[in-house]
Amino acid sequence: MSLNIIVLAKQVPDTRNVGKDAMKADGTVNRAALPAIFNPEDLNALEQALKLKDMYPGTKVTLLTMGPGRAAEIIREGLYRGADDGVVLSDRAFAGSDTLATSYALATAVRKIGNFDLIIGGRQAIDGDTAQVGPQIAEKLGLPQVTYAEDIIKAENGKVTVKRRIEAGVETVTAPYPLVITVNGSADDCRPRNAKATMKYKYAAAPSEVAADEAKKELLDKKPYLRIGEWSAADVDADLAQCGLAGSPTKVKGIENVVFTAKEARNVEPTDEALEDLIKELIANHTIG
Amino acid sequence: MANFYTDNPALRHYLTHPMMEKIVKLKERDYTDVDKYDYAPYDYADAVDSYDRVLNIVGEICGDIIAENAEEVDHNGPRVENNRVIYAEGTQRNLDACRKAGLMGMAMPRRLGGLNFPITPYIMAADIVSRADAGFENLWGLQDCAETIYEFASDEQKEKYIPRVCAGETMSMDLTEPDAGSDLQSVMLKASQKEDGSWVLNGVKRFITNGDADIHLVLARSEEGSHDGRGLSMFIYDKRNGGVNVRRIENKMGIKGSPTCELVYKDAPAELVGSRRLGLIKYVMALMNGARLGIAAQSVGLSEIAYREAYQYAVERMQFGKAIINFPAVAEMLSLMKAKLDASRALLYACARFVDMYKIYDDIAKERALTVEEKKEAKYYSKLADAFTPLAKGMTSEYANQNAYDCIQIHGGSGFMKDYACERIYRDARITSIYEGTTQLQTVAAIRHVTTGTYLNKIKEFEAEQVHPEDEGIKNTLVFMTQQYANAVQAVMGVNDSNYQDFMARRLVEMAGHIIMGYLLLEDTQRDDSFRRSLHVYVNYGQAEVAKHADFIGNFRPEEIKDYLYNEPAAAE
Repeated sequence: MSLNIIVLAKQVPDTRNVGKDAMKADGTVNRAALPAIFNPEDLNALEQALKLKDMYPGTKVTLLTMGPGRAAEIIREGLYRGADDGVVLSDRAFAGSDTLATSYALATAVRKIGNFDLIIGGRQAIDGDTAQVGPQIAEKLGLPQVTYAEDIIKAENGKVTVKRRIEAGVETVTAPYPLVITVNGSADDCRPRNAKATMKYKYAAAPSEVAADEAKKELLDKKPYLRIGEWSAADVDADLAQCGLAGSPTKVKGIENVVFTAKEARNVEPTDEALEDLIKELIANHTIG
Repeated sequence: MANFYTDNPALRHYLTHPMMEKIVKLKERDYTDVDKYDYAPYDYADAVDSYDRVLNIVGEICGDIIAENAEEVDHNGPRVENNRVIYAEGTQRNLDACRKAGLMGMAMPRRLGGLNFPITPYIMAADIVSRADAGFENLWGLQDCAETIYEFASDEQKEKYIPRVCAGETMSMDLTEPDAGSDLQSVMLKASQKEDGSWVLNGVKRFITNGDADIHLVLARSEEGSHDGRGLSMFIYDKRNGGVNVRRIENKMGIKGSPTCELVYKDAPAELVGSRRLGLIKYVMALMNGARLGIAAQSVGLSEIAYREAYQYAVERMQFGKAIINFPAVAEMLSLMKAKLDASRALLYACARFVDMYKIYDDIAKERALTVEEKKEAKYYSKLADAFTPLAKGMTSEYANQNAYDCIQIHGGSGFMKDYACERIYRDARITSIYEGTTQLQTVAAIRHVTTGTYLNKIKEFEAEQVHPEDEGIKNTLVFMTQQYANAVQAVMGVNDSNYQDFMARRLVEMAGHIIMGYLLLEDTQRDDSFRRSLHVYVNYGQAEVAKHADFIGNFRPEEIKDYLYNEPAAAE
């Protein structure tokens, strides 16, 4: 038994190491100042897919990402780790998408890929932290969804068994597939890049990346497995009214800089009681907890 | 988020050494695998790019996983349950990461599932892994044993075992026994041939690293009634067949994550490798040479981490109102640690390149006859590999120990506590100058290259190389040291007393070592200025060491040897 799995991945600015030039004057993210990385929880999602591939030989793992041509970099990252194929959904028409327009676009691409058993994505991306795109794709495709997954234990006879991380503990659920699963950061880390796969796919590229390089273009023609799929809005028959800014009801009203400053210093007696009081106070005002 | 490859530019410096172009071209047979394997390189640049990428993976796994697990693995260690070894949890995670990354069987040919890496980038991986956790390097580095199967076993055995190693099965080399340590000729483990021609092994092995491995190479006595090395043969034991149990594992001072086993063989089925009687005199010698290069890499990795830990501490530790690195006494220790580290690494990769050259020619010779020119070259490099391997193993392991010692010294009282990594590094380093042949035995292997002039000839080749004008002064120092060395060799050889010559051997080998490492750093400096500081510090140090040895030899009257020798009767049976 083998599965067809689509892994949703996003190239994101590395917001974990933010410098002072991380935001532009207009309040949008200054992507040029931050290294572009594979969204961490999408890597957790990829590991779940690759684990299923180990369990069910013949399973095919296809990565799907939306972004500019350079987002092909994370498709390569996925290929190095064991994914079989990848598609970059790339079109100016998708620029400025909020979660609704993004999930619409990705859903159209999923339909075009077709023939899938599982769609697995990270819980949320570190640039927006909305956790909305996965669930919205499920809605648009009319599929069931399991969120906060920590371990996809098995997928057999049309049913998946998934361990979920919920607020008070873990719960194990079964659900029929096809379905959408979003994976929590507490799941296993993604496996490392594989040496042979890295050497095999190092020249893999989306056509737009090699447009100016005849030798590389020739290589993609000679070795089709190196060609990373690149689809436009027209390729996926997207309704332009639902794409990009036009399809995004979310409007950013304003963004403000929050600067943390130390306001007061307080001496706490080094006794258990004093420390306990302090902890209680910090929990009460939501500083910790 | 650490990467132990990209944060260490010296590695790329050696990866792109001018000799590599020839090594890679020969190894890749003019890049003819490219149409057969989707991961084979097109040309030299493509090959180096691939090595670079794979070492990047090694560096990432080492920084993020193996180094992170090192303390826990050292603390918990492996255990034995029901005669089987159970690795520490961290060791299991490390192995899992290396398997998934496909870092096993790196030097094996592609048709057997390997990456077809030359020895040089493979040794680089060992250097990186050892920096993360020297004990784990032992387990991972035993993939070396596949090399022996590749060189000497039958085609059928190669096809049966090597792909399994490449897929991640572990190996061991079962040589030592309770009464056969340095003296392997005394090995007693019995190999008996049954009527159907198959072999079984019976007996005990001791101090076997990773003794519960999937695939073992075993040295055993196949010739009944024989007593020396010529009665020994090499066998493969496959754990899937059963017959070998782990009686206990040693409680060691260091490299605690690596299980050191006592093994009991009870009618364990085994396959003969190659020809009978060549087990020790040919196959184990080859196996040990590979393993010695591995220990040199392990030593360099340990020197690296010892230096980094010491540097970090010296920068952060404030005393008398300033960071201790700013006190000359501490700065000198650090500079010398760095110089010994850089000199060790220069020697390691020089040796790896020589090994690459002759091994690749050996392999090509199985496919076609070598030309006269190629044969000459193969012989030249084979001799250099033979001379440089014991030198590298001996010098780098002693420096790893010295660097580990100084690392603790720089940490002061804190270094004596279990709170810092330096105490683990100190314990881990201690074995490097002992196993795979003690430093004293490396001297025995190296001394004939002192007497036959292999070292001196190579030194003269270095001397003939042009250097930048600003390096002429240091080159003159090296020329002067060479003269002192040549004089000392002549003086020692002039005394017709083998005890006296053995007594002086290590001094002579070290003198050669200092000069060679000095020249190698000089060569590195010609390509990259960042080596100049270590070049100066190392040559200052080496010059004093060479003078010290020359002085000792010059002042020593051969009859004084009697003050050093013992003449105790042999212990009663």
